[in-house]
Amino acid sequence: MFSQFDFDVIARSWLYLFRTGMAFTLELTVLSMLGGVALGTLLALGRLSSFKPVALLAATYVNLIRAVPLVLVIFWFYFLVPYVAAWLIGAAEPVKVGTFLSALITFILFQAAYYCEIMRGGIQAISRGQLYAAQALGMGYWQTMWLIVLPQAFRNMLPVLLTQTIVLFQDVSLVYVLSVPDFVGAASKIAQRDGRLVEMYVFVALVYLLLCCVLSWLARRLQARVAIIR
Amino acid sequence: MHYNWNWAIFRELSPDGVHTYWDTLMSGLAWTLATSLAGWVMALALGMLVGVLRTLPSPWLRRAGTAYVELFRNIPLLVQMFLWFFVVPELLPRAAGDWLKALPNAPFLTAVVCLGFFTSARVAVQVTAGIEALAGGQKLAALALGLTRRQTYRHVLLPLALRIILPPLTSEFLNIIKNSSVALTIGLMELTASARAVQEFSFQVFEAFSAATLIYVLVNIVVVAGMAWLERRLALPGTLASGGGR
Repeated sequence: MFSQFDFDVIARSWLYLFRTGMAFTLELTVLSMLGGVALGTLLALGRLSSFKPVALLAATYVNLIRAVPLVLVIFWFYFLVPYVAAWLIGAAEPVKVGTFLSALITFILFQAAYYCEIMRGGIQAISRGQLYAAQALGMGYWQTMWLIVLPQAFRNMLPVLLTQTIVLFQDVSLVYVLSVPDFVGAASKIAQRDGRLVEMYVFVALVYLLLCCVLSWLARRLQARVAIIR
Repeated sequence: MHYNWNWAIFRELSPDGVHTYWDTLMSGLAWTLATSLAGWVMALALGMLVGVLRTLPSPWLRRAGTAYVELFRNIPLLVQMFLWFFVVPELLPRAAGDWLKALPNAPFLTAVVCLGFFTSARVAVQVTAGIEALAGGQKLAALALGLTRRQTYRHVLLPLALRIILPPLTSEFLNIIKNSSVALTIGLMELTASARAVQEFSFQVFEAFSAATLIYVLVNIVVVAGMAWLERRLALPGTLASGGGR
């Protein structure tokens, strides 16, 4: 069954696959993670806010995003972002934003909902005594959060954040629907050009399998280390 | 922003001249539900099997179960979809491959198999966790009553574990509904694909996607409400889930 397996097609295209495809995937993953965690943390603070309208707004956003498939959200923002950009700068026509930026905005806004729930769990796990201690020291809300609560919540949730980032890394493959040359998109281009679908998709699967196994092994090790620190 | 909203678009005929755009969306919803439900049945069956495997004393069976989980968790769903759709028919003997490719509902069947395997790995993790969360005495008591290992799992451990893991299973069920949208890449006309088709033919981007979003949210609400009812009915007596008063 592997008799006509053509390894040559991978040898011919690996530079393109990794330099263009994987570079795009990794760039989008890392930037979306940074933006997603930042926005997610803000959303978590919003959900936990004692000011009800803010809490309600954040909760609605998170629940709405989590009810909708990522593919639909990718389409939403692909079409929505040019209109919003036009409205922001007062242009008459929808602005051409480009697929990378559009995908990045999508993933930050989408992943923020998932990171928010992780950070909310992390914040809620901090003991109340920490808050009283901070108050007793005369700290305000933002000081307490920034200096006391968030650093501890981050450290405790680091393994879970990393696990979610592995999910994000896999989800980035869905930008394929926008015909973007991410790792899967690049491989699929070569596969269709050379008629080598079997080799390319098996190779892509193996690369993801290897990378994700290493990453989840790292997450488990990190979990063990964080557990000891606590 | 210059955009002409036109909600009446859903009453207009789609390019096939027979169905309205609303019919297009509803047929998409039907495919989404059919794919998710069929995939879910498969995911539950396989997930329970692999989940049990990972709790057995034999280290090799445990390793096999863990390898299964790692395999289906560490390859993106989209790539798995392509593997089942493009690669598997090529690797099979020619006659079987040709038969597979000629099936009338190939994208649907592929999506069910793919989502079934993908989700089963996640279900397996939860089944394992559920069995491990049971007090060790349950298993010993069952064995002491003279039940075989198979009977112990079938009559004692699995029913208890499933009741414990009902809440995370709800999330997995919601996930399989959402994940079925990935099948649009292999040509399944499910809800997201239908919304996209409406958008492409009618140019009413926001109405098409708003309607699809609303339908997904409604399905979500129905599932969550149904599962909450099931959870109340099946809550294990004596756990926190059954409420303090009872």
